[in-house]
Amino acid sequence: MNGEVWVFAEQDWNTLQEIGIELLSKGKELACELGAELAGILIGKSVEKHAGPLFEHGADKVYMCENDSLENYDTAKYAKIFTDLIEKYKPQIVLFGASARGRDLAPRIASKLKVGLTADCTDLQIGDYKHPDGTVFKKILYQIRPAFGGNIIATIVTPHKRPQMATVREGVMPTPPVQRGRTGEIVRETVQIENLKNIMHILQREKKEKKVNLKGSHIIVAGGYGVGSKENFATIRNLAAVLGAEVGASRAAVDAGFISKDHQVGQTGTTVRPKLYIACGISGSVQHRAGMDQSAKIVAINNDPEAPIFGIAHYGIIGDLNEVIPMLIEDIKKRRVD
Amino acid sequence: MKELVMVVLAKQVPDTQNLTGEAMKEDGTVNRSALPAIFNPEDLNALEMALSVKERYGGTVNVITMGPPSAVELLKEALYRGADNVYLLSDRKFAGSDTLATSFALKQAIVTKIPDFDIVLCGRQAIDGDTAQVGPQTAEKLDIPQLTYVERIEELSENRIKVHKLMDNGSEVVETSLPVLLTVTDSANEPRPFLAKRLLKYRKAASGFDLPALLPKYPQFNTAEDLREHLRKKGLFIEMWGLEDIKARKEEVGFAGSPTMVKMIESITLTGKGFKKIEATDEGIAQFVAELIEDHTW
Repeated sequence: MNGEVWVFAEQDWNTLQEIGIELLSKGKELACELGAELAGILIGKSVEKHAGPLFEHGADKVYMCENDSLENYDTAKYAKIFTDLIEKYKPQIVLFGASARGRDLAPRIASKLKVGLTADCTDLQIGDYKHPDGTVFKKILYQIRPAFGGNIIATIVTPHKRPQMATVREGVMPTPPVQRGRTGEIVRETVQIENLKNIMHILQREKKEKKVNLKGSHIIVAGGYGVGSKENFATIRNLAAVLGAEVGASRAAVDAGFISKDHQVGQTGTTVRPKLYIACGISGSVQHRAGMDQSAKIVAINNDPEAPIFGIAHYGIIGDLNEVIPMLIEDIKKRRVD
Repeated sequence: MKELVMVVLAKQVPDTQNLTGEAMKEDGTVNRSALPAIFNPEDLNALEMALSVKERYGGTVNVITMGPPSAVELLKEALYRGADNVYLLSDRKFAGSDTLATSFALKQAIVTKIPDFDIVLCGRQAIDGDTAQVGPQTAEKLDIPQLTYVERIEELSENRIKVHKLMDNGSEVVETSLPVLLTVTDSANEPRPFLAKRLLKYRKAASGFDLPALLPKYPQFNTAEDLREHLRKKGLFIEMWGLEDIKARKEEVGFAGSPTMVKMIESITLTGKGFKKIEATDEGIAQFVAELIEDHTW
């Protein structure tokens, strides 16, 4: 049997995090190509309830590590548990979300095991690799990621070491379809974390609800530096309101103080793939495009016909957004009344 | 309380965030060599945090950078801002190091040269690779706790540290033991500017690499060795560490020590597949909205 493909199923505040589900979708694809099983890794206190959703989203197996002292995430404890699991079961691939937690944990594990780790992948594929020394490695993991501020895309491989590990950017893998009633095998593991060094004590935790839900929106109306001012962003908000859309922004608009950072789409903001993305007064830097170019439909409104955003747009309106957007709002409203 | 020994790990990076026209090649890809080299922004936040800890609790701030000889510029900037000691970790054998090999070299440098350290600080991530891996990987190699995404140090005592750190959906206040490694976010502070007095003093600082080129500017010295002694006496000589100085073996660093390999690099160019042009008129807009509705876009 081939080594398994593993996905870290993050949970926090008693909730399974979206990223774990996203990883199952890519994980399933990789596992199928490798003829391997897909497993979810659940660590925490009373986490059995999360196993069901993992099976329903494609996991064949769930490794469950429960312990009362695992109520809150702790780098040292999680790293120890995860490393023990990997050494015992020897998966060939282990995927983590490129979330704050995934990026805290995965490098610690990779460093402990002395294996490779690629950060913030936007795609993963299986393929062969010919090493400069002539050795051919069959069916290994291509870890594909932007680098250099999003100006290049690099394909990284880890030919010699196992497991092959990567963190995967949130929002770039589609959520797999739910298969109601699908189930699988739960493997319960006893954890050994007594007298562990390097642990931390959590004194206080504060949960901040995200008021801006870019990821969950089917339509995003985003404004850039070309919007011109904070006041003018009302135009963007108005269009978003009639469409039931979320408001996005480019980094330039955020840096100029037009709108808060939680609206930022792009390399250093949120990655989105809505059904419709309307980019208004956004020139379309590589960093911005990296965060939205997977949108199903992209509409660009810009008075500069040379703006790079038109290079990825499906529809382009060359004109002043202060004139175009009110026309759009007017037209959409009229249809509602009809 | 014992004098705190702090180590800031900093990286010189190409300024990928401020791409200017000159840095773009005609085919739409980036001309990497045309980008200016800068102090990685979040490493400046780490340095600032170390300097303010020093002001409040006392101690020394050591800065280490791993990079080519030209990274000495970053170390001079650290001196201008207030660092006490700076070190250049540089050896051709380090070339090609991935994050694992880099963390190994950094750990070797710390345990060999500054073994009595209390706090290691680095930026959350570097803007050229955006990996955020070297901090945690170095902490693991040092076998010390790591606190990532740190915004502020709340309390510090002989052997405990309490910090406020960011999480995916909020923040935490956590405590752990020293020695510790912190990764610092850009929201932590506003890095201080160069201090005029230090700038005047340290702009003449140089490392061993620079000596041959500098010698003609110092006609009073005949050999690089004399110049080195002169700079050292004035506190202007920047120490350099190579593979042997940090007691590392060449199989552990560089390409040999890196499990990951780059299979392929593609530059991003615009696809230019063409878009449907919508006229900015009432009719044009009406047709466009109708088309979106027909396509069941919403």
